[in-house]
Amino acid sequence: MSKEWPLWEIFIRGQHGLSHRHVGSLHAPNAEMAIKNARDVYTRRNEGVSIWVVEANNISASSPSEKGPLYEPSESKIYRHPTFFDIPDEVGHM
Amino acid sequence: MYAQMIKSEASTEDPKQLKEFQAKIDDNIKVEPRDWMPEGYRKTLIRQIGQHAHSEIVGQLPEGNWITRAPTLERKMILLAKVQDEAGHGLYLYAAAETLGVSRDDLTEQLLSGKMKYSSIFNYPTLNWADIGAVGWLVDGAAIMNQVPLQRTSYGPYSRAMIRICKEESFHQRQGYDIMMKMAQGTETQKKMAQDALNRLWYPSLMMFGPSDAESVHSTQNMAWKIKMNTNDELRQKFVDQTVPQAQYLGLTIPDENLTWNEEKGGYDYSDPDWSEFFDVLKGNGPCNVDRLEARNKAWDDGAWVRDGLMAHAEKKRAAKTAAE
Repeated sequence: MSKEWPLWEIFIRGQHGLSHRHVGSLHAPNAEMAIKNARDVYTRRNEGVSIWVVEANNISASSPSEKGPLYEPSESKIYRHPTFFDIPDEVGHM
Repeated sequence: MYAQMIKSEASTEDPKQLKEFQAKIDDNIKVEPRDWMPEGYRKTLIRQIGQHAHSEIVGQLPEGNWITRAPTLERKMILLAKVQDEAGHGLYLYAAAETLGVSRDDLTEQLLSGKMKYSSIFNYPTLNWADIGAVGWLVDGAAIMNQVPLQRTSYGPYSRAMIRICKEESFHQRQGYDIMMKMAQGTETQKKMAQDALNRLWYPSLMMFGPSDAESVHSTQNMAWKIKMNTNDELRQKFVDQTVPQAQYLGLTIPDENLTWNEEKGGYDYSDPDWSEFFDVLKGNGPCNVDRLEARNKAWDDGAWVRDGLMAHAEKKRAAKTAAE
């Protein structure tokens, strides 16, 4: 059995100025082919104007088991949200 | 369906952990690749998503059969785009299965050796152009019935693949119905071809949903895990109710003498397909089982030098780049 092509993660930026977004993955022998294949697979209906490809084994990710401690700081700081503060109606839009 | 008769694997893990896992699913929290999951859930999903992916790929064959013989250049381009979509759908699903720890080549090997199945429907031939219309209308229609609810499935990568597939799939059914409309409104001969295609593909389409599984333990487990969203009978009923008026519009007759509207249940009563034929096709005795597997094996073997050549070239380039640094 021959060697399997490496796995690439595909990111596409749409037409409306938003950031590149992960859309899926595919196998390709190199980056150039990964981009070509991504064009064929993930932009068949005008989904994007820019493609990034990253070999999957180059991605480092946070661990799901750390979910609690990792995100706790943001949960306990509700004053980071504008709705925390009451502004009187007379003040107008803020 | 594209995945038929999926047996669920038993789970042997710690009951407390299993209970927490079930609670998460009941709360509609998606399970992601690196989250803990019972082995049974993982194995059942690999089987289901893998079979679904294989169906997309093998499903290219009956339609690809007519690309070179499409009646107009426009029809040819449309069919080409549809068959290309199916390749994409196979890819999204294989990628989802791979997140569960199985390799792409492993899945391919299991398809080619006949160890893993694909949907029974693709073992029927497409004899003439009207069949291409009927396949889009009925087969893709039946697939959509199953895939729309699966967008809410519990496994994140599977759900995301389904969302993408559903966005693209309604073009497939509409192009099929468009062909049927042209044929049904055409000459007497064309109308006969359309009726003949419906006659041959109606029961195989009903079989796609699989036999009644209301009492099945596998179905119960898979529904609790939310990797199956409805029973086979529910989906089949929905399909019949949706398709009958579409056939009436075309002026075609559903080949079922027992088809009657049942006011009480708010749906049609219809005849079951011949389930012995279904099991026979699953066993490998359908009209095209041998052809389909031969074609897939040939494509895989004939493409080996391309895969190896591109890989060797990429490795050479990589080595040269490392040496230069």
